[in-house]
Amino acid sequence: MGTLEFTLIVWLGGLLAGFLGALTGLGGGVIIVPLLALVLGVDIHYAIGAALVSVIATSSGAAAAYVKEGYSNLRVGMFLEIATTLGALLGAVLVLYLRAPTIAIIFGVVLIYSAYASLTQTHHEVKEQSPDRIATWLRMDSSYPTPHGFEPYHVRGVPLGFALMFVAGVLSGLLGIGSGAVKVLAMDKAMKLPFKVSTTTSNFMIGVTAAAGAGIYLSRGYIDPGLAMPVMLGVLGGSLIGAKILVEAKVRVLRMVFSAVIAFLAIQMIYSGITGRL
Amino acid sequence: MTMSESTLQRTDQRIHELMGALLRTGVVLAASLVFAGGVLYLARHRVPVTNYHVFQGEPAEYRTISGIFHQALALRGQGLIQLGLLVLIATPIARVAFSVFAFLYERDWTYVVVTLIVLGLLFYSLLGSHT
Repeated sequence: MGTLEFTLIVWLGGLLAGFLGALTGLGGGVIIVPLLALVLGVDIHYAIGAALVSVIATSSGAAAAYVKEGYSNLRVGMFLEIATTLGALLGAVLVLYLRAPTIAIIFGVVLIYSAYASLTQTHHEVKEQSPDRIATWLRMDSSYPTPHGFEPYHVRGVPLGFALMFVAGVLSGLLGIGSGAVKVLAMDKAMKLPFKVSTTTSNFMIGVTAAAGAGIYLSRGYIDPGLAMPVMLGVLGGSLIGAKILVEAKVRVLRMVFSAVIAFLAIQMIYSGITGRL
Repeated sequence: MTMSESTLQRTDQRIHELMGALLRTGVVLAASLVFAGGVLYLARHRVPVTNYHVFQGEPAEYRTISGIFHQALALRGQGLIQLGLLVLIATPIARVAFSVFAFLYERDWTYVVVTLIVLGLLFYSLLGSHT
């Protein structure tokens, strides 16, 4: 295959991955890796390297759009970034010791969980909560804009949230993904942040987590310019289109359809890993 | 809400706006460099330089910061792409560095320390030798 054909195919794949990633809320990283590895036969290490840089692009792009609205909690985000960056460094080192089939199987399992989590996501309303000692000491309690003005909220479960964030970081560094699903789980379920605050803060953090892994990937030679170029430009473009459509589309139906597609990709990854085709 | 809390809210808001501008600039600059590098790369190579089926790792000139700058200044397509990706990786790092000043401005020493730890980890990742 010539350079131009290969680049165009990968770019289109990135566009599709970014588009689906934005619509499902999973991010483009979890979709581009199986596309590259299963469809184009790209070695999973190259695929992960290219995916991780595209994760930084979409997350920073989206964060730039969201930070203005004042939903994200800077203190919660920064404190938890200690956990995610440490985890990402560990994950990026682990890649060196794991064989491609093992990575593919872990990837498939995380993909299935992410698709499941995105389907069962509920926009629960926070009820009145009592203040938490650690969160108070860390000055995490804040307020966010609602139709009835700024609504104050208390943050809870800091240790559990921190531990889950470490796991999210390891997965991000290991698989080249944003781990948005685990991040939202930590902030939504463990720390009881309001839904809008947890999703935007998570988006804010994904770029920093991915940057921690990407630095190591770059110096290890996992990031190939010829592959990362169409992946990054494609995923970024696709996610911008997806974000525009998201405003009007029937999200529920779309999520069902695409989660099925993603579950299929996940099973393919696990199967290829077990049979050693990757 | 006390007076100091509402001042804090407003400062937070301004910090958020500046951060948004910083992130946007970084992504646009990175994407432009990657695109320009991509055009040069496609113009010069008829077959992909790398065999993607077998992982071998990049040569040193596309792995180290000095190597990347060298290749980009020589207007090599791959060098420009890597430089764009380096700008992209630096964008969230710049955001964290900016947060240090924001927390210093608010005299929030706990978070100055928290942010410096995150920044240190990021610098270790990007500048440390991991081979």
